[in-house]
Amino acid sequence: MRMGTVAIRADELCRRFGNAVALGGLSLVVETGEVFGFLGHNGAGKTTTVRLLNGVLAPSSGSVTVLGLNPAREGARLRLRTGVLTETPALDGRLTAREALAFAGEMFGVDPREVPRRIAAVLDEFGLAERADERVSRYSKGMRQRLALARAILHGPELVFLDEPTGGLDPVARLGVHALVRRLARGEGRTVFLCTHDLAEAQALCDRVAVLQNGELIALGTPAELAARLGQRSALELEVAVDQMPAAQAALGAMGFDVALDAADHIMVPGVERRDIPSIVARLASEGVLLYRIAPCEATLEDAYLALVAGSDR
Amino acid sequence: MNRRAIGALVMRDLRVVARSRLVLIPLITVPVILLVVLPGLAALAPSLFGPEELRELQGLLDKMPPALIAPFAGQSPEQQLVLLILGYLFAPLYLIVPVMVASVIAADSFAGERERRTLEALLYTPTTDAELVLGKMLAPWLAAVAVAWGGFAAYAVVANVAAWPIMGRIFFPTALWWLLVLWVAPAVAALGLGVTVLVSARVQTFQEAYQLGGVVVLPLVLLIVGQATGVLFLSPEVVLALGAGVWLLNAVLLRVAIRSFRRGEILARS
Repeated sequence: MRMGTVAIRADELCRRFGNAVALGGLSLVVETGEVFGFLGHNGAGKTTTVRLLNGVLAPSSGSVTVLGLNPAREGARLRLRTGVLTETPALDGRLTAREALAFAGEMFGVDPREVPRRIAAVLDEFGLAERADERVSRYSKGMRQRLALARAILHGPELVFLDEPTGGLDPVARLGVHALVRRLARGEGRTVFLCTHDLAEAQALCDRVAVLQNGELIALGTPAELAARLGQRSALELEVAVDQMPAAQAALGAMGFDVALDAADHIMVPGVERRDIPSIVARLASEGVLLYRIAPCEATLEDAYLALVAGSDR
Repeated sequence: MNRRAIGALVMRDLRVVARSRLVLIPLITVPVILLVVLPGLAALAPSLFGPEELRELQGLLDKMPPALIAPFAGQSPEQQLVLLILGYLFAPLYLIVPVMVASVIAADSFAGERERRTLEALLYTPTTDAELVLGKMLAPWLAAVAVAWGGFAAYAVVANVAAWPIMGRIFFPTALWWLLVLWVAPAVAALGLGVTVLVSARVQTFQEAYQLGGVVVLPLVLLIVGQATGVLFLSPEVVLALGAGVWLLNAVLLRVAIRSFRRGEILARS
């Protein structure tokens, strides 16, 4: 990450459609080279934000600069430097993959001598080379998604917007997209703005995440920060012999922990910090409780997200 | 102006149209029927007409302005009938072709693109609204003019060949037709395009846009009826004025159509 260089700066960015507020006063900064996660339910305002940041939609109020440009006034210049994967692949089924990419190359001003080489490279990268001359209408959903991704990065954009990039992809293809995102950001210093519902994906890939609900930003930070701040505290899952459950419960109760029984032989001990684990194990051992499995459960981004959304709904 | 992007857009739109049966069928059948089959059959009309019908023809010729009557002088009644049908009565029918071609392709290009949910990717390209709309309008207009001109060439061949036994000479095209082809056909193509773009902004599907955009054919139908009943004759002066009027209307219409295609407006409607 090229720290200190700002890719996106939004200040009280707002968009209304009639009386409905699609985005209400979004303020955030995304640094160059960052993988920035944008989380929220359907209709939270994620797509509207992407449109505003690319100058496809004009803001109702507030200000925004993207790559140093004003999207509303310099949209065409800005879009030359951004690549967008839209929520639906938006590919014309009557074109072949190669034709669709060649069209994108021309629209994005790629050097004509360079276009065939770049097309071949992305087709290879996304596993589409063998069917490059088939019409897109014959492609599976996953293949279309991969082709749309290939199109989004064909012109080498500095800032890539990915709206649900792994939607419709099989697990192997998902891992490929994750590798691509890492390569774009870590390997090539590009900025990635990732809109996703997949919280595990956001936790694995994003340097920072923002959570949007009903057009309002309700949290912003690294996944670990949000998890620690907003998620449930860590917990410890224990598996003991069934006939020793009462002894284990009594020992944990004596240590001040509330115990929840997950199953006949499973105990979930919430509120356990990492430093507590050795003393718990020692105490149970001293009580003669046989432990078959000990699994610390860290708070996740998913915990944080659910806590945030539930809190905001109340 | 990003000419490369505009050119790419035109080529892409024409390419996908050429691969769409739904769009291609009317693009082929209508010109073939209007500009090949009908004139071929019309050239046979004199052999089917009796003396009574030929006398009625004389009534129609009597209503024609003196400037238009000159080519009929010294011709046999059969030759006059050929000249009347293929040289005058079919002239407004010919104009249906550029209108229809422009409407069908524009409906596919604008409403169809939204229906297929491919429009948004286009909105994220580094083009201005004006470049985008220009590219998308050029494809239907160029195709319409090309089909109209190609159709005119076919019409000329069919008319001369089919009417040769009666005319015994190459009588077509006339000066009137050259004006229609070079001045009015591009204008009515732009008219069909402009109306369809406006309609496309308010409907969701290709079919809706195509059917509603088709209303632009109605004035042409009135023109056909006007000629057949002797109320209106397309003299070169009338054709010049008609073309000028349509071009003026286009200037207004296309301005409104371009406004209706602003990125923000499209997304706000979708």
